[in-house]
Formats: sequence, C-alpha cells, structure tokens
Amino acid sequence: MSILQTQINPRAEDFQARDAAMRSEVGKLNKLTAAISQGGGETSRTRHESRGKLFVRDRIDHLLDEGSPFLEFSALAAHSVYDDPIPAAGLVTGIGRVSGVECVIVANDATVKGGTYFPMTVKKHLRAQEIARKHRLPCIYLVDSGGAFLPRQDEVFPDRDHFGRIFYNQATLSSEGIPQIAVVMGSCTAGGAYVPAMADESIIVKEQGTIFLGGPPLVKAATGESISAEDLGGADVHAKVSGVADHYAENDAHALQLARACVSRLNWQKRGKLAMAEPKPPRLDPNELYGIVGTDLKKPFDVREVIGRIVDDSNFDEFKRYYGDTLVTGFAHIHGHPVGIVANNGVLFSESAVKGAHFIELCAQRKIPLVFLQNITGFMVGSKYEHEGIAKHGAKLVTAVACAKVPKFTVLIGGSFGAGNYGMCGRAFDPNLLFMWPNARISVMGGEQAAGVLGQVKREQLERNGQAWSAAEEEAFKQPTRDQYEHQGHPYYASARLWDDGVIDPAQTRDVLGLSLAAAMNAEIEETRFGVFRM
Amino acid sequence: MTLTPASHIKRFDTLLIANRGEIACRIMRTARAMGLRTVAIYSDADANARHVREADEAVRIGPAAARESYLDVAAVIAAAQRTGTGAIHPGYGFLSENGTFVEALDTAGITFVGPPASAIAAMGDKSAAKVRMEKASVPLVPGYHGADQDDALLRREADSIGYPVLLKASAGGGGKGMRVVESGDEFQAMLDGCRRESRAAFSDDRMLIEKYLTQPRHVEVQVFCDSHGNGVYLFERDCSVQRRHQKVLEEAPAPGMSEALRCKMGDAAVRAAQEIGYVGAGTVEFLLDADGSFYFMEMNTRLQVEHPITEMITGQDLVEWQLRVAMGESLPCTQQELSINGHSFEARLYAEDPEQDFLPATGTLSRFHVDLEGAGLTPEQVRLDSGVESGDTVSMHYDPMLAKLIVHGPDRAAALATLNRALAALDVQGVVTNRAFLQRLATHPDFASGNVDTRFIERHEDSLFAKHRYTHENYASAALVGLHQLARESESHSPWDRHDGFRLNAPRTIRIALCPITQGQGQNVPADAEFCVVEGQRAAGANDWQLTIGNETLHATISSLEGDAVAITLNGHRRRLQARLVGERERNIVVMVDSQRETRLYWNRIDSIDHGHHEAESTLTAPMHGTVVTLLQEPGVRVEKGMPLMVMEAMKMEHTINAPTNGQVESFHFSAGDTVGQGDVLLEFAPEE
Repeated sequence: MSILQTQINPRAEDFQARDAAMRSEVGKLNKLTAAISQGGGETSRTRHESRGKLFVRDRIDHLLDEGSPFLEFSALAAHSVYDDPIPAAGLVTGIGRVSGVECVIVANDATVKGGTYFPMTVKKHLRAQEIARKHRLPCIYLVDSGGAFLPRQDEVFPDRDHFGRIFYNQATLSSEGIPQIAVVMGSCTAGGAYVPAMADESIIVKEQGTIFLGGPPLVKAATGESISAEDLGGADVHAKVSGVADHYAENDAHALQLARACVSRLNWQKRGKLAMAEPKPPRLDPNELYGIVGTDLKKPFDVREVIGRIVDDSNFDEFKRYYGDTLVTGFAHIHGHPVGIVANNGVLFSESAVKGAHFIELCAQRKIPLVFLQNITGFMVGSKYEHEGIAKHGAKLVTAVACAKVPKFTVLIGGSFGAGNYGMCGRAFDPNLLFMWPNARISVMGGEQAAGVLGQVKREQLERNGQAWSAAEEEAFKQPTRDQYEHQGHPYYASARLWDDGVIDPAQTRDVLGLSLAAAMNAEIEETRFGVFRM
Repeated sequence: MTLTPASHIKRFDTLLIANRGEIACRIMRTARAMGLRTVAIYSDADANARHVREADEAVRIGPAAARESYLDVAAVIAAAQRTGTGAIHPGYGFLSENGTFVEALDTAGITFVGPPASAIAAMGDKSAAKVRMEKASVPLVPGYHGADQDDALLRREADSIGYPVLLKASAGGGGKGMRVVESGDEFQAMLDGCRRESRAAFSDDRMLIEKYLTQPRHVEVQVFCDSHGNGVYLFERDCSVQRRHQKVLEEAPAPGMSEALRCKMGDAAVRAAQEIGYVGAGTVEFLLDADGSFYFMEMNTRLQVEHPITEMITGQDLVEWQLRVAMGESLPCTQQELSINGHSFEARLYAEDPEQDFLPATGTLSRFHVDLEGAGLTPEQVRLDSGVESGDTVSMHYDPMLAKLIVHGPDRAAALATLNRALAALDVQGVVTNRAFLQRLATHPDFASGNVDTRFIERHEDSLFAKHRYTHENYASAALVGLHQLARESESHSPWDRHDGFRLNAPRTIRIALCPITQGQGQNVPADAEFCVVEGQRAAGANDWQLTIGNETLHATISSLEGDAVAITLNGHRRRLQARLVGERERNIVVMVDSQRETRLYWNRIDSIDHGHHEAESTLTAPMHGTVVTLLQEPGVRVEKGMPLMVMEAMKMEHTINAPTNGQVESFHFSAGDTVGQGDVLLEFAPEE
C-alpha cells in the first residue's frame, strides 16, 4: 500500500490562477450542457408538452431507478456542426440503471427537428449500440422520430455506418443475447418502424405511438387510401391487430413503467469478475485537480497528483517507478474495481514505451481493466532516438494497447498529439469509453509545431526560388494554421463529431470511471492474444 | 351513611368479566385488589389477548364474531358455571345493557354487577324512558318517542320538529344507529341506514327523533345507587368533543360549570335514577345549552368508558363501588363526603385514521409504550388504561379503541399540560392511531380555553386535520427521510447503486414527489394527485442535503438515531422524530411522528404509481377488512355517480361503496354476510362511455 502524498500548495498564486482558468472552462461546459439539455426551442417544447408527452430527459428519469446515475454520452454531439443548432444531435444516449440492471438508453428528442436523424444522430445512435455490445448492456430505445433527415439523405442512408446499421446492430446484438427493448412514444415511420419491429419486446403508447412503413401521405399517394395515422398504425392496431407491439401503455409514464418491468424480467446476470475492494474516496481532494492541471498545456504537472485524486484512498502501487519515468504505470482501485493505470508524465521515450507494453501485458494476463490518462505531445524525436529504434519500441506499446482485451478507458487530461494518441489508446484503439477534459486538445500535432513545419516547408520552397520571406510574412502565414489547430483541436469540436464519448468535469472523473468500470463488468473479460512484438 | 344489614350481603369470591380489552383489564385490577378470583372470557380472535393473559382463569366462548361470542348469553353463563363464578361484571358495551342477560343471570343465581333488569329496560327503551323522565320532571329535548314506527309518520314528526333532527336507535348507544338528518330529502335514506345498523347491533330497529341542538355541550352526571335506597352523584363529565357521535376527549369537571348548576343537574340525575329504581353505577347524559338550560338525553345503565376521570377527581374507585353495591353493601360515601379535587382529562386512543374519515385500522402493535419517566411524569398524574401491549394484534372484529390515557392536575390548565406531555410520550407503532389527532385537539387554543361543544371537530376541521396543514418543512422532512432511505437501499458497492442522481456536468439532483394522504385513498397514488416536488442535492457531508421546494432553499441534515428515530435539521433548527416508510408498493408512504403530530405523505416512488387506471376504474376495492351488509343495486342497472352500490360493515361501523362515475355494476364479487379483506375487489363497474 502506498498512499500518494501531495506536493501542491493550494494557496500559491500559480495554483490559484490555474484553478480559476479551469473553473471558468468547467463553468462554460456546465452552462453549455444545461442549454443543450433543454432540447429544441421553446415553441417545439410547448407543442411537445401540449400533446401530453414527456420531454426526453424526463422520460429517462421515469425509466431509471430512483436516483440512478445517468452516464450520458456525447451531449455535445452536432454542436456547431450544422447551420441550425441540433442540440445533442436530437438523440440522448447513455447508461443508466433500470430495475437494477445497467442499460444503454437511446432516446429520440422529438423537440429537435422532430427527432429526425442527421449524420451525427446516426453516428451517435451507432456508437451507443457499439457501447452496448462492448459492455454487454441491454438496450432500451425510446422512439419518437420522423426517421432520416431527408435533405441529407446521402450522408445518412447508403453507407455501411449509416441508418441501416442501426437495424443490423439490433439483429446482431439480439443474437448475442443482448436484449433489445423498444418503447414507441411517437412516430416510427419508414425505416424507423424497424426499431420496434426488430426489438425483442416492444411497448406502444396509446394515441401517441405510431408505427408504419409508409405514413398516411405516402399511402394516399401510392394507393389512394385515406386513413388517419392512428388507424394506420396506432397503439390499438399494433397491440391488438398486427402484433408489432407487445405491450399497450396508457401514457408515457405507464410505458416507461412497462419498460422497467421488461428489464426486471430479463434474468440478467453480470459476467465480469474482478476481485473487488471496499470503495474508498480519495484522500486527496478531487477539486484540487482544477488548480493542478489548469488550462495551459505548456505548463507541466506531475500526473501522480491527478492519479491521487481519482483512485480509491489515493492508494497507487507504482510499477517500474524509476524506469522510463515519463510514463507512469501502476495498480490502484476505482470505486472498488482493480485497475491498471497508464499515465503520461512527459514525452514518450523508448524505455517508457517498452515499460508501458510490459505493464499492459501484466494487466491483460491478470484481466485487470486499464485506464489511460493521456497528456502526450508525442514520441521523442531526433537521431539518437531514431537510431535506438524508438519506432519499434513505440510499436510494441501500440501493439499491446491494440490487442489487450481487458476493458480500456481513456481520459484526455491534457494534450493528445500524434502517435502519442495511438500509444495511449486513442479512439482508433477502441477503448470502451473515451472522455476529454475541457482543457484537453487533440490533433495530429500541436498547432505551433504544425505551423512551424508548414512554415519550414514554405521557406525552403521560397528560398529554392531565391525569394525572400520576412519574419512578418512568415508569421502571417503561420497564424491561420495555429488558429485552425486550436479550433479543430478543441474538445467541443472533437466531441461534436463523436471523436470521444463526452467532455467531462475533471472533478467527476473518478465517478465517470467508476460507473464505466461497473457497467463494463456486465461483459466477460476475454483472453488476450497479442500480435507480433517487434523486438 | 346507612349501615348494611347482614341479611343483604351477597358475598362472592369469583368474578367473571364478560368483556375484553382495556375495561376487562381495568375491572380485574380492582377485583384482584379486593381479593377476588378473576375469570376472563375470550373469542378465538382474543386467545392471546391481554385480558386473557392477566386473568386468573379464562374460558373460550366462541368464534371471533361478537354475536357468536361476547354477545352470546348462553355461552357466557356456561363459562360462569364452568368456573364456579358468583358474579359477572359486564363492563360496557356487549351485554352490559341487555335485560335478557340480566334475567338469565337471576335465573342461574349469578350476581349481575349492575342495575336490575327492570331499570335497564326502563332506560334501554329510549322512548319509554323519556316518558318516565317527563313524569319525574327531568327536562327533555323536543322530539318523537312514539311506538308507531311507520316511515311516513316518522317523516312527518321530523318535519314538525324542524331540521336538523337526530335519528337514533331506541335501543342504541355508542353512536351506532344514529344520524343527523339535515333535510327532509335525505330522511328516508338515513332512516334506512340507521335501521340497518341498529338491527345489526341491537337486533331492534325502532327509532326515535330529536331536535338537533346546534351548539350543545354533552355533559353527563355520574350517579350511584345502592339497594338500600341511597343515591349520590359523583359530579359531571364534559364529553363534548366527539366525532361521528363517538367521544374522543373527556374531562371532569365540566369547564365553566357553576356550583349551582352542578347541584341542579346532579339532583336531576339522582332523581332520574331513583325514578326507575336504579342500583349501581349509572350515567345520566344531558345536553347543556349555551344559556344553561339542560335536557335529558339518556341514561347509560352501566359503567362508562370515561369513568376514570371521575375517579381521578373524586379519589374513588367506581369498580370497587360497583362490586360492593353488588355484594349488597351500602354506598361507601354520602353526598356530603364527596368533593372535587383538581381536574382530569381522558383521551381515547383508537386504531383508526383520522385523515381517512376515521377509518378503523388493523395490524400488529410493534410497540405500545408510554415513557412516563422520560416525560417527567408520575403515575399519580397519568394513568393508562389499556387492553393491549407491544406485540398484540388489532383485529377487525371489535371496537377499535386501544387504550385510554387519563391525567390529573390541580387545575384544568395543569391537567391539560400533563395530557399533552403524556400524549407526546405515548409511542405506538405498527398500527395507525388517532394519537396525533388527539394531540392537535388537546393543543387547540379553543379547547385550551374550554370553548367546546359537540361540533368542535367539525368547526375546526381546517386546523385539526393534518392534510390541511402541510408546510414546506413537512415536505422537506419527508423528502429527507426518502433520500435517507434511498441511500440505505444501496445493496452493493457499485457506483450505480448509490442513488445519488449523478449527471454529467450538472449537480446531482434527486427529485422526491410527495402528496398528502387524503380521504379515501388506498395504497396507490392516484394518477391525478398533485405533488409537491422536493429537489435534493447532496452537500458536503454524506447526510447533508440542499433541498429546493419552489423558490425556497433549505439546508438539511438527517441522522439515524436508535430504532425509527431520526434527527432532522432544517436551516439550523434540529428536531427529533420517528420516521418510517410503510406501504405495500415500494414502501411509498412516509410516516413521521414528532411531539406535535403525525404526518403521512405519499412518496411518488418510481413503481408506486398505478398507471393502469383504465382497469382500476372498473373495479372497486374494499377499503378495509369487514363484512358485506347489503348489495344495493342490481347488476346491469344504470346508476349515477355517487349513488350507493353496496354497504360494508367493519368495526361495527357502516361504509358505503359509491358509484365512481355514471355507469352500471357488471357483477358483485361478494354476497351479504361475506367477509372481505382490505383491497379485495368488491365488484366490477362499467363506467358510462
């Protein structure tokens, strides 16, 4: 047992300045999250409510166990992506507890463009299903959607990871024994009709839910038949005549109660096994993370100060403490779950990469989940390092990260640049979940470096042609690159495009990880088989 | 004082108490002190009852139903003979005013501790009694006491007396078979109901009608006569505070009573008793009008429930007097030797829910205790006459009165203060009682000033019933209890099991929706109930919360003490109370008891709402355990909303099941005489489209 001791001085001016900067970022994040949680505008909210329908987040509240946490994914999806605001991409997804079972919830927000699917909506829906598959979590779809957003049909319909994939996933998730429950609380038109139809069990709300392949206007156009939506595919039709729906609900609240009852009948058992410990809060105050990390990526901090504020009892058993010390590895518990932590504490060298690979092998062998805390500018460059084979050593780390079959969770707590992103389990390496802090930045390299590289290329080109390039001209050339990298590397930009599963308040990191770990334990931890390590 | 001639002495050494509950226990106490052997009787429902445990011997006399046990004359006499009993004390209720019983005892050569059958008969027929009283110059309320019981005639008499009138069973007592008729329109329905109740309770459906005084006080005089022609009065009791004509809170002496009026009423009472050759303890009930005029209501030819307050102010043991008189002795005191010392109150603790129209309650008393020492009270100040102890079961078969709390003080104010402290120290758990309601009555300013009459409860409905008085602090406290419960419901270490309302980038908020429990609601939250939503956010400590109700924010802390006790601090004000969660669905009723009152709130827990109301609308369930008395509608016949469909009886009170909407009964699930359990579906009802 080794309790981490803190070196920080919360009264120091520097600490205070970082603290204030980070708090301001967290404040902005909370404000944005609150605004997004309101869904569509006032007009559509009023219309929605007047129909006797609950708002999407209230529906989720009614569905979840009392006081259940809700680990929402990608609330910032589609933020500033389209011309119109599409809050949360018109779809609320996340993990919550229903009748004692952790479930993935996918809920349309009909107040946002009638719940229609934009490209980001599709991506978010598919991501939620992917999370369900990876964590082996039952899925509950609260359907209230007009289907694909027709003006963008080319971006939502035809490709592999477009609309059709939703139903492919429903079928294959069900085949893996992952329950699919649909609650029809509004329209399910055309492709949308397959959500309840493909579900294991479905519930439909009287006078609200409708399911049909073609709505009344299409029917009229195609066959000349005049029929109301309710008579064509309302609750009475599907619960009493067609059998498309299994349960008949009086209203939204009743439907959600029925969905809870469905989950209570799943005979659900978690399959993951870990040697759990008694959860203990960290001894060090998580609120001090603000002042330790701050928002200036150029200002370094000891990542152990972060670890000590995330893990149980601030207890961290470090592995290879004195070898390759720019990568910190070690064992700890988060909400009682044993974890292996891999955290950057500077640029990656060959030793740190090899140490990381070794540690990941240990965790894979012992079936201990991994937590990556990314704050990485990249691998060290220069002749010394190339000659000693940093590329193959880095490859070992990347291979280990890619192949390890234990649950992996990544948090971007600072910079995430270049190959460092890969070696530290970036999005491409399929971590179970990936979150960003609001101070984090993600890009192929830092904006300054990119501007420097492009400037250098340009200068060489000009000099080859014998042209002069003043310092002022060079500066003017570099600035747009810096601006572009800052803009595109921002967590909001990243999260809007689902490069991550959400931007989180640093002080909530421990709880987010604890909830993620506990949810992941619904699935069995598989045996790992590593690829060839280049020696 | 007259000496008792030896020839009159009718010694007995064994006393059978033909009763149950607190009065059986109370009579045994005195009997034992006088050296008598005590015999209890019991029905199957009472096999383990306290009165059985406390008696020297006990005999089973039949099944639970009173008619087949405590009211079965032959069975009681057989029990007496089997145990060689020389005398029977009937207590109150049951056979206490049954002339046939007394005659049967005479035949069997067993002493009846009470008046002769002739006196019971004279007063038992209320109409005939009024005629006798008129002759003895005892003032009467205008009314009809005739033998002709034709419905139309009764209606004409009521019309001529002028409404409101009181309909009363001639053979009645204890509020059964008694109703106020406000207008001629409802006369017939009321008459039918009274007759039914009266037939069930007394096997007699003759009615009398009286003028209903609008602000009368109920003042009764305790009289005592021996078999040697002596008669005294032991002053008066004021029993004005009543609900459904059932006494709730009594006191002696009556507040504001002048010595002159006391003498006048006392003399009238003794005159009334002697007119009918009375022997033993009796009570002459008067209505006392605001102007000091008083009218004879009736005479109860037995020991009254509220006799202890007379004992408290006179220092006499009325049961001992009864036994001595029954043995043929002379009265222990003359009128001159009797005097009033201080003031006494009695509060009747019922197993009933005042918030649900005093619906009788059943269950197991997990705790029944009064901590006198803890409240700084002495046995001289407080007497608890109880028929139950912790662990006892309260069944549907008998009167729901559990116990009587009797207090004494040097004056009315002191006695009232003692009553309030004693009520606060009374800890009853497991069964809903009127304890909190009694507290609200006893702390009411109008009661404190002695400003009482028989409409007291009706008049102060707004302040006496909890449902009218919930404040933000009540809701906040209940919400805290709920939050505390959620925290305790965690079964694992999983962070998903913390019930803390975790949300990303937002404060953790748990919403607790509460609504007062109102009349007629069962276990389910009605779909249209209005809820008060309390938002709780965790503050620094594990038990610290910030609560928001509307625009108000409260800083709240809760901590568990021993048992159900919790300490709740709201904005720096700390209170200690008993809190628990009950209810069949998800434990969704918060019950809180503090020194002032009991509050009961629905907590709209996630699975506690009954959304399937399209089904619920078509079924009607029994509000409590009981028996079906009569079915009032034919299946398939259209009825209007509110029309009575069937009548149930429980605890000897009738409950009418009314049509929820216009529609028709599809079918009844029970017939008259069937026993139904609480929550049983009574009938299928088809609402009109």
